Amino acid sequence: MTTFLSLTFAGLALGAVYFLAASGLSLIYGLMDILNFAHGMFMTLGAYAGWDLATHLPASTPSALTFALEVVAAVAGGAVAALLTEVVFIRPLYGKPLSQVLVTIGLDLAVVALLLGGFGANSLSLPVPLWFLEASHVGAVLLPNADFVALVAGVLVLVVLEWFLRRTRFGIVIRAGVENREMVSALGVDVGRAFTLVFVIGGAMAGLAGLLYTAVFTGDLLSPLQGDGLLIFAFIVVVIGGLGSIRGSAVAAVVVGLLQDYANYYGGQHAGFSEIGNLSTVLLLALVLEVRPRGLFGRAT
Amino acid sequence: MTYAVELEDVHVSLGGSHVLQGVSFRVPTGGVTALLGRNGVGKTTTLRAVMGLAPHTGTVRVLGHDTGGLAVHRVARLGVGYVPEDRDVFVGLTVAENLRLAERVEAPAYDDAFALFPDLAARLRQRAGSLSGGQQQMLAIARVLLNRWPLLVVDEPSKGLAPKLVGEVADALARVATTSTVLLVEQNLAVVRRLAERVVVLDHGRVVHEGPVADLDDADLARQLLGVAAAQ
Repeated sequence: MTTFLSLTFAGLALGAVYFLAASGLSLIYGLMDILNFAHGMFMTLGAYAGWDLATHLPASTPSALTFALEVVAAVAGGAVAALLTEVVFIRPLYGKPLSQVLVTIGLDLAVVALLLGGFGANSLSLPVPLWFLEASHVGAVLLPNADFVALVAGVLVLVVLEWFLRRTRFGIVIRAGVENREMVSALGVDVGRAFTLVFVIGGAMAGLAGLLYTAVFTGDLLSPLQGDGLLIFAFIVVVIGGLGSIRGSAVAAVVVGLLQDYANYYGGQHAGFSEIGNLSTVLLLALVLEVRPRGLFGRAT
Repeated sequence: MTYAVELEDVHVSLGGSHVLQGVSFRVPTGGVTALLGRNGVGKTTTLRAVMGLAPHTGTVRVLGHDTGGLAVHRVARLGVGYVPEDRDVFVGLTVAENLRLAERVEAPAYDDAFALFPDLAARLRQRAGSLSGGQQQMLAIARVLLNRWPLLVVDEPSKGLAPKLVGEVADALARVATTSTVLLVEQNLAVVRRLAERVVVLDHGRVVHEGPVADLDDADLARQLLGVAAAQ
């Protein structure tokens, strides 16, 4: 039972990071019909921005403040990367989905190559507080502190995002735009501004996801390719949850996170397959596409 | 005479089909002008060209402004409310959110909208997707009334509605037309006769008749233009 609870907690933490990675992707596709392959690049750049800021701080043992500053840098880095991507590359290509796919893939490859050239292929170490590497007892279960951080961040972002989408005018514009962009324009609303904002929000969350993934799941090691690895799961979460649905992304992220953790552990223990989590996730994706192609919370098309 | 809408030699091609083939007509300021014609002659496309939603050549002037090169939201902000053929309310949003989205002025005229459609006031928290067809049509009209804009472009407001609701929607449009110009596409000739002062008839992507609504009293002309009996 203790093992099961530990696995569940770790799966929820993984799900929280998947949610952060996927929700922006989902909104961007839902509102703008853009399959944004540069989203992985936003995650990687966010993590590198956090690392870069930490290396410029006075040398000392990383504290909670260090990590908080890394988070700010990651969010800002992801947001700025997304803003530039939307304004410079996507805006001239509205209505040209193939060109958008190609340009976002190209951007992603170019940034990975630049990071490899600039920082080398060896993984960098992200400074995190010592507390991150420790664990806390909750009842009889010992849970990693880093997982708490991921979980709290995921829940906080979900709550803030839901509030933003439900309570603010921009949020209403975005939700309406996901349904029928043309009609929003016909009501006199400048949907282009909403596009930019959604990109920036998605980029900010991706930057946070990249940093948290590094801090919580990679042993603090940062590599130029990690965003692309995370992007694959983000896409799976988006498709399972339903394109354009934040709640769908949240539910699907938790399901995928839990499934991966359970499958990896029990698959390794009882069936002799270790690392079976990825396969399980793809099988779940296939099942959802077969039974409910629009995803758990997706709108009918 | 001033004109709320002017079209000159407007052409629209959609998917290889030349839908509008040089449409020219003018809508005088004030009252209701009905755009009529058989199914598929380009009525909805004409309204979409007015809103900037259908890419076109030729000249479209809305409230005195040439809309060439204007984005759709800029055309709307000239002072145009658009009620599309299929209502296009946002089904995942509440009634209140649908209305809030349409607000473009400091003091939206909720009183006007709720005076015409009191049922909506009682359903503000209800999701638009759970409204009946008639209620959705009322919401689609209510949301363009909030800004008291001078021009309303309304596409088939009676489509799919029960006769009683058709009467209610027509009543509402009649009141709206006392303060705004209305360009109306409508298949229900009883509604057209009641609301419109002028009719413009399209056929095969061209204007084939313009005149007062009384022209429809000529049974032969109505049958020739619209393929229906005038008594309908």
